[in-house]
Amino acid sequence: MRKDLEVIQQWIKPGSNVLDLGCGDGSLLAYLRDTQGVFGYGIEINPDQILQCVQKGINVIEQNIDQGLDNFDDHSFDLVVMTQALQVMQRPDLVLDSMLRVGKECIITFPNFGHWRCRLYLLLKGRMPESETLPYRWYNTPNIHLCTFKDFESLCQERDLRILNRTVVDNNYEDGVLLKLCPNLFGEIAIYHIRRQ
Amino acid sequence: MPQPHASLESAPPSVGLVVPEIFKSEQALTLACGRTLPNYQLVYETYGKLNASRSNALLICHALSGHHHAAGYHSEDDRKPGWWNACIGPGKAIDTDRFFVVSLNNLGGCHGSTGPKSLNPDTGKPYGPDFPIVTVADWVLSQRALMRHLDIPCWAAVVGGSLGGMQALQWSIDFPELVRYAAIIAAAPKLSAQNIAFNEVARRAILSDPEFNNGHYYEVDQIPKTGLSLARMLGHITYLSDAGMREKFDRDLLNDALHFNFNVEFQVESYLNYQGDVFSKRFDANTYLLMTRALDYFDPAKSHGDDLSAALAPASAKFLLMSFTTDWRFSPARSREILHAMQRAKKQVSYAEIDCPQGHDSFLLNIPRYTSLLQAFLQGIPL
Repeated sequence: MRKDLEVIQQWIKPGSNVLDLGCGDGSLLAYLRDTQGVFGYGIEINPDQILQCVQKGINVIEQNIDQGLDNFDDHSFDLVVMTQALQVMQRPDLVLDSMLRVGKECIITFPNFGHWRCRLYLLLKGRMPESETLPYRWYNTPNIHLCTFKDFESLCQERDLRILNRTVVDNNYEDGVLLKLCPNLFGEIAIYHIRRQ
Repeated sequence: MPQPHASLESAPPSVGLVVPEIFKSEQALTLACGRTLPNYQLVYETYGKLNASRSNALLICHALSGHHHAAGYHSEDDRKPGWWNACIGPGKAIDTDRFFVVSLNNLGGCHGSTGPKSLNPDTGKPYGPDFPIVTVADWVLSQRALMRHLDIPCWAAVVGGSLGGMQALQWSIDFPELVRYAAIIAAAPKLSAQNIAFNEVARRAILSDPEFNNGHYYEVDQIPKTGLSLARMLGHITYLSDAGMREKFDRDLLNDALHFNFNVEFQVESYLNYQGDVFSKRFDANTYLLMTRALDYFDPAKSHGDDLSAALAPASAKFLLMSFTTDWRFSPARSREILHAMQRAKKQVSYAEIDCPQGHDSFLLNIPRYTSLLQAFLQGIPL
């Protein structure tokens, strides 16, 4: 069981309608279906992952999220989830708007570019950080809109969004004293649970 | 809809030799047009074995020019297998080791089921143009009768491409309790004005052929070859894509030089003429008219205030929708219309858009991504 899914699962009410943006191989939806009786759709663009979703019996829709979610009605889902995909979107802010239009609540996870290793990498090497979590070169990375926790929270503030829950973890999805003390420096992945005010 | 491609011939393995069977219904069927067929027959084939719990039956619905012979061969010397041999067979997407597959020729067809060529019991002559107009919903009713005859309590799945997909959709709406899974491929929720326009030109080509004789051509032992051939040529263009035709023919000439006349000069002209010619000899013009009308009239949302999601409300099947990027007859946007209605109605549905150059024809072909998805979807059916 992926640890991020474990965290997310605590925030999901049994029997909810869930839309999973960038659902990958459908693990989250399959897990929520089996443990929480959740009904949902995944949206994915990668053919191999779409096939894996169908193999799992997950409802998956081939769709490019960058082209909008106009095909979904307002508040038609209890929850819209996006794990580790916000940073690859062309306009994360617009995706966030769409998510909050379609869903009553949202859960978003993304990597923290403000982590001390990133900062140190840039400071000492003077080059764009590469790591296990971000294993790409600056020119071929799909992660075109990386941000820090602070950046994301300021976007939430601009949009007048309410943060219901926030968990900051390291790459092993574990938390610790340092992470609680200074999340934007020590946290590697953030999991936000938000809604409109 | 179109004829199978030569490439299908090599697709191993196959269901082998198959023998068509006939279901004769003595029960009258009242059609959407208000007329009643006092009795009728449907010709069908089956592949694979019905299991002890009778839970593995899968219905294949054919498209415009299809028929019951979907897989395998009729004789050792058959040059071509059934029209969907690429997808039906042991270990294939529609796995005959797992499913009991039923494939029929629809009512109004010209391959053995009651249709315009059949004798009208009132006159003792072929129906010809007097055969009632049949609709997709009528077909579903007649397929329901066949299902009863075969003592099948519930379809594990109903599967179809193009007009066949429309029948699968109609099944899921009209008999929700009898369809567990439905695969709707390269279909549309209803025809667009452009779709109807193409059908109308095809019909005009047939109706204006002097040999058509107002549909009474069987008696005078002739066929409206020119009209039916033109209708098929037009249809065939809509089954291919610009890119696909370019790839297949480009501007290749039959001979080396231009002849400055109106004879066939380009390969594509020769191909279309050949397709039209072959088709006009194997298909019936009155049936072609009926099938195009069934397409035109298909609109399950109409009786629900044009709201397809309302029409779908009773459906309980799990759906797979697929479209092909170069299909412009029923483009991906048309499949997405069905998808959106299903989403709105909170139905179990998956959707994939297959990127390939073969246009509408793609649904007949062995395109790996397409067949893998269909196979994965059907494998998930508990039997």
